[in-house]
Amino acid sequence: MNATAAGAAHLAPPARKSGAAADRMFGAITAGAAGLVLVLLGGVAVSMAWGGRLAFRTFGWHFITGKDWDVVGGKFGAFVPIYGTLVTSAIALIIAVPVSIGIALFLTDIAPRWTRGPISIAIELLAAIPSIIYGMWGLFIFAPFMASHVEPWLSDHLGGKPLIGPLFSGPPIGIGMLTAGIVLGIMVIPFISSVAREVFSAVPAPLKESAVALGSTRWEVLSHVTLPYTRSAVIGAVFLGLGRALGETMAVTFVLGNAHDLSASLLMPSNSIAAAIANEFTEADTDLYRSSLIALGFLLFVVTFIVLTIAKLMLLRLNRQFGRTH
Amino acid sequence: MAIRTSRRVADNAAFAFATAATLFGLVWLAWILWTTLRQGAAALTPALFTQMTPPPGSSGGLLNAFFGSAAMILLGVVIGTPIGVAAGTYLAEHGRYTRLAAIVSFVNDILLSAPSIVVGLFVYELAVRTAGHFSGYAGALSLAMILLPIVVRTTEESLRLIPDQLREAGFALGLPRWRVTRQILYKAARSAILTGILLGVARIAGETAPLLFTALNNQFWSSSLGGPLANVPVVIFQYAMSPYDEWHTLAWAGAFVLTAFVLILNILVRLLARKGQQR
Repeated sequence: MNATAAGAAHLAPPARKSGAAADRMFGAITAGAAGLVLVLLGGVAVSMAWGGRLAFRTFGWHFITGKDWDVVGGKFGAFVPIYGTLVTSAIALIIAVPVSIGIALFLTDIAPRWTRGPISIAIELLAAIPSIIYGMWGLFIFAPFMASHVEPWLSDHLGGKPLIGPLFSGPPIGIGMLTAGIVLGIMVIPFISSVAREVFSAVPAPLKESAVALGSTRWEVLSHVTLPYTRSAVIGAVFLGLGRALGETMAVTFVLGNAHDLSASLLMPSNSIAAAIANEFTEADTDLYRSSLIALGFLLFVVTFIVLTIAKLMLLRLNRQFGRTH
Repeated sequence: MAIRTSRRVADNAAFAFATAATLFGLVWLAWILWTTLRQGAAALTPALFTQMTPPPGSSGGLLNAFFGSAAMILLGVVIGTPIGVAAGTYLAEHGRYTRLAAIVSFVNDILLSAPSIVVGLFVYELAVRTAGHFSGYAGALSLAMILLPIVVRTTEESLRLIPDQLREAGFALGLPRWRVTRQILYKAARSAILTGILLGVARIAGETAPLLFTALNNQFWSSSLGGPLANVPVVIFQYAMSPYDEWHTLAWAGAFVLTAFVLILNILVRLLARKGQQR
């Protein structure tokens, strides 16, 4: 009713004239808002680089390669947090990638049709749980569980083995890179599995049916048809998960232990870029200290930007293949 | 024959693995929710909603934190939503085939997954260091910045779903473009955009990292956004990391309320969205 009345009023000639001006203004406002998104991303990059310039100028490349994080002596090398970030993210992906593909396969081909909706909502709820809840659960429940059940077994059975032994030696304290990596893996699963499920179910049915008609088993359909067809999107999803894992802060802060010593063992506490910032930023009392933490933020931002860009490009490639317009 | 058996074994193994993987995912969800429910329900008391955060060693509630969180979320939505809807409108309507829209759409997806701790650092540099003190306004600003890409994305997607005939019908009536957008398209996309905003609220309600260096925390009642402001996630973080049992209990109570809020909002939104699709 209202719309018709207002619309009719605007059919009058004078309104059309002001309509053009209003159109331009409305277009400019929306363009400005869109531009703001760009400005924000640029602003983040510039402000991190600017805030971290003191650290980069003081330490140069040693900021990345240096192993000392000496607050009192004012020497800051970020190798340990960078290493911790990469290792925990790698553990997360080793767990999350096969599990997510399994979930996607289960939801597209195996589960009874009526269970697919509820199960996929439940898996997606894993992404809705705030990361601080993961952190608390990790600290009070999961880390003690690892310390009493999993880690003693690992160091008994794998700790003495050549090559991988050093990864699993040390006292079982529960807090460390392995625990953090597992928690990260759980958090990343919904991001990878939802994309994988979406593209799996978008594989044209005739392709799968022809493979079945040639006598393929369901596993062969997945490995010979579905995965090759959706490869770029699945890789994109993995990078998306990696981007999430690299930047995840609170959960890791709780279970990683905030230690600045380098250790080969996955059972030992370590640090990550995000956790170091979260733990220490409000305590940073010198300009150089604060600048070093912002420089860490800059590194994290640049790395996640690259990873997420790769993810987006890989996902776009499949869309083009499907002939979608966006 | 031998080949056939090995193929069947591989097939069954893949099936078993896929089923196990799904169970694996669901077990974590159940474990985390069960823990939060059990620990949180034990800690729920009326005092939680009527008293302030206590000093170590005594009991209290989280009233000031609930208030601070609500105020910052509300202000974050007030700032982030109009900008996000406008930007999404540009991407789907007014700038549809422009290069700017393509770039912004790309960048928006990156902002969507960017580490929230970096957003916190950015707002610290922008609003805390320049003002010289932590404030609820800075906290709200960082929440708005996390909400923004979510609103942009859902607005763009829901506007794109509207068939072009609807726009053409509006133009045929002689409506200028902005009226077509405001009076026809927004109406058609309203529930989808609202869904996006609600999901965004669920997301920013649990965000901790960006608030650590912007709103900080405040042990006392403060209704002013101009100074440090208590909020649920940071209180949970500080209390859980502390050595005091009373604080742990309160942290679990806060975690329970927060998780319940976020999950109920998520499930409601999904049910509403599905209902909307069926119509």
